Amino acid sequence: MTNVVITGLGATTPLGGDVPTTWENALAGKSGVRTLDNDWAETYGMAVNFAGQLMVRPDEVLSRPETKRMDPSAQMAIVATREAWADAGTPEVDPERLGAVVSSGIGGVWTLLSAWDTMKEKGAARVLPLTVPMLMPNSPTAYVSLEITARAGAHAPVSACASGAEAIGMAYEMIQSGRADVVVAGGTEAAIHPLPISSFAAMQALSKRNDDPAGASRPYDVTRDGFVLGEGAGVMVIESEEHAKARGARIYGRLLGMGMTADAHHIAAPDPQGAGQTRAMQFALDCAELTASDIVHVNGHATSTPVGDMIEARGIRSVLGSHADHVLLSATKSMTGHLLGGAGALESVFTVKALQDRKAPPTINVTEPDPELELDLVRDVPRDLPAEGQLAAINNSFGFGGHNVALIFGTA
Amino acid sequence: MALNENEVLEGLAEIVAEETGLDAADVQNDKSFTDDLDIDSLSMMTIVTLAEEKFDVRIPDEDVKNLVTVGDAVQYITKAQA
Repeated sequence: MTNVVITGLGATTPLGGDVPTTWENALAGKSGVRTLDNDWAETYGMAVNFAGQLMVRPDEVLSRPETKRMDPSAQMAIVATREAWADAGTPEVDPERLGAVVSSGIGGVWTLLSAWDTMKEKGAARVLPLTVPMLMPNSPTAYVSLEITARAGAHAPVSACASGAEAIGMAYEMIQSGRADVVVAGGTEAAIHPLPISSFAAMQALSKRNDDPAGASRPYDVTRDGFVLGEGAGVMVIESEEHAKARGARIYGRLLGMGMTADAHHIAAPDPQGAGQTRAMQFALDCAELTASDIVHVNGHATSTPVGDMIEARGIRSVLGSHADHVLLSATKSMTGHLLGGAGALESVFTVKALQDRKAPPTINVTEPDPELELDLVRDVPRDLPAEGQLAAINNSFGFGGHNVALIFGTA
Repeated sequence: MALNENEVLEGLAEIVAEETGLDAADVQNDKSFTDDLDIDSLSMMTIVTLAEEKFDVRIPDEDVKNLVTVGDAVQYITKAQA
């Protein structure tokens, strides 16, 4: 077993253009969800006209040629990577021992659809030559590997809303298997475009609370009516403890274990028994060589859908047993919306910060918890985690297609 | 209305600057796209596609390899407009 640690964090989110701002606003219980500042709803007759939009657009921090060569999903990944890499001390790593695993759930949907608009309007000769390198879902990880010169491998496991967590799980495996000493891993998504919004709305997956965008994402509340689309990226520098200590790196926390399973139940609906989710959490505990009583905090997948939230809650209860009474549950999507492929990565950043500060972030908008919820939900204001000793926390991420990923992080 | 060579250079320099981040003033007729401006083949094709639209000309792929310097492209575009 190689000990795996976290030495750098980066993010650009609806709550902030970096990790400190995002975390501060999360602890303050702020919402990053607002009405779209365009006329899509009117133009296309869309049922949903709000989303968790980035607080700082990438074009405010990247150069003009960078924004022209990269899809917004890759731009966000690069913004988060630069923060994480600088945060890790801009380490000098043998490129062949350095990896990149940055996923997106959907890929370069803006590039694809804009190029098709151009083609229909102006003809095939106007389709730009960088269209394919921009729309391919491995584009963010490829740009990250170029950014930091990572040659141990660049991967982009795609599993819808579990993608970002799966990327971090894959980084863990790369270090465990000896393929890399350091891996920059995370997830990104830039899908606030009329087509994905309308497709999710057609599935009845989105909240339609147009008159109260900031109050729309309400995981575990009795009146929850669907998820809120968000955008952004989260990235972390993951490293073998040996490598981190040799270079004197500051260690935020540990990646103790991970579990991944598939439902093989339905293309979009979760297994109502949550068997796959439960197995993922159990595998993660086994992988980390921990038991239920070691867990103090769970950052739930909790997207605010009527069915999904309670399946997960029952699963957490079944894995943690009576110890679940002592676990603080947070649903940060209540503030950020659902970043799809970015979600598992951003929530991993939140989990690492929660352990470091020993503070579980709040879940906002819950006025009346679902009566079936038998877990201690952190509402409105942060709550303290135990002040002493080694702590561990679970971050769950589940995706359309029946993908289940549970990651376990620990204090430094 | 056809543009003269100076006007084409000005328009082309804007496209190159936007694509590469170079200062438009550095995009001069004697500069080689690859050797001086460090423009790779995909960027060159992007510049050509944008120039075709901006100047309403057609630059066939087989002619692009002959456009070594900015001046070559300026002359080609100016002539193609006529």
